[in-house]
Amino acid sequence: MRADPVEYECVAPGSLQEVVTLLAAEPGAWVPLAGGTDVMVLYAAGKLAARKFVSIWNLPELRRIVVRPDEIMMGAACTYSSLRQHDLLGREFQMLAAAASWTGGIANQNRGTLGGNIANASPAADSLPALLAYEAELILASVRGDRRISYQSFHQGYKQTTMAPDELIRAVCLPRKFSGYSSYTRKVGARRSQAIAKVCVAALGKCANGVIEDLRVAFGSVAPVPLRLVKLEAALKGREIGRELHDLARKLVAAEIAPITDIRSNLEYRVAVAQNLMAEFLEQLASSESRA
Amino acid sequence: MREPGKASARSPLSFSVNGETRRATAPPMSRLLDVLRDELGLTGTKEGCGEGECGSCAVLMDGLLVNSCLVPVLEAAGTKITTIEGITHDEQWREVQAAFLECGGAQCGICTPGMVLATVELLRKNALPTDEEIREGLAGNLCRCTGYLHIFKAVAKAARRNRAR
Repeated sequence: MRADPVEYECVAPGSLQEVVTLLAAEPGAWVPLAGGTDVMVLYAAGKLAARKFVSIWNLPELRRIVVRPDEIMMGAACTYSSLRQHDLLGREFQMLAAAASWTGGIANQNRGTLGGNIANASPAADSLPALLAYEAELILASVRGDRRISYQSFHQGYKQTTMAPDELIRAVCLPRKFSGYSSYTRKVGARRSQAIAKVCVAALGKCANGVIEDLRVAFGSVAPVPLRLVKLEAALKGREIGRELHDLARKLVAAEIAPITDIRSNLEYRVAVAQNLMAEFLEQLASSESRA
Repeated sequence: MREPGKASARSPLSFSVNGETRRATAPPMSRLLDVLRDELGLTGTKEGCGEGECGSCAVLMDGLLVNSCLVPVLEAAGTKITTIEGITHDEQWREVQAAFLECGGAQCGICTPGMVLATVELLRKNALPTDEEIREGLAGNLCRCTGYLHIFKAVAKAARRNRAR
């Protein structure tokens, strides 16, 4: 049944302070609404339990991108288009810029926001593996003040997060500490635009004399949450890239992910693709060193 | 049960549509698409999927392409909206429509308004797009008739003509 707009409230207070005050007044009752690219789909289909929405689309404090010597801080309501247009982001955080470019089409990139992607908490979300690989931190705002948390611990289970009902994602921070790393990101889906990933990956690595010095590997669409493969990372660190390591990496990928069969793909295919993506990353990592 | 009368007080929203100030009395969560079509009578904007996948309902909001099925009308308050009706009367961009007609880029017509708006957004940012850039610019707009090639030709023709002006 299609939603009847008469049954819904939607307000746009115009300042972050007023928004968090409203969230605190009735915790859980108000749903923040940015560009609507997720919320309005469920709304129109009559599948939203919430009846109260507070627009954060026009809050200037959530739209800024601040570059500091040690980090880049993106307001949570920055759109994918604004991320794609940011020069420094495109240079230093190519995996996030790439993810922004393959999210939806242009119209959805003009409205969809980074904070919305995080709060919607889909395990298939395009930008979230990049945030895991870059070791993002989130700033959460509420009437109790801001708190800064590691993004890696944010997703606790399918669509479950550590955010309290009165909190709002204010900003996403990426540390500028990966300049010597080779990055690898890829989305496997039915078509390039407007498709949800069957599997997507974002990985960073550093290699010397054929040995992996450091790496970060994160996958989407392979578990109930966007997943960083911490066990695989620990096992591969310090090892020489070669046939043996490729075989080990394939085993570790299969052991650490937990994909499902659904409308977009099936479990077996997702495991095989994730293993192949991991292999491609290792090949790129090895060749990045020989080129350097 | 809902408390009657509490939700969505119908304060009129105002925004500019195709250069004219318009008021709408729809509830704030109404889709911009429905307000344009049902309240303002601008039926050039089409509903395809209703979930942001097909681009048929695309309009420009403050100059940016958006799917109007995903915009609560409250967020359109105070903005400048351009629909296909506005493009028809625009000296510069009506040529895009003409190119679609000349190249066979329109068949059943449901996707055409969105395709034209996506083209306008693309050509504003990039006056002479490559074939690859045309495909990316229109990737959020689905067509089930043309097979797309005539549409891409129309965009290239509109770009050349626009540059020649």
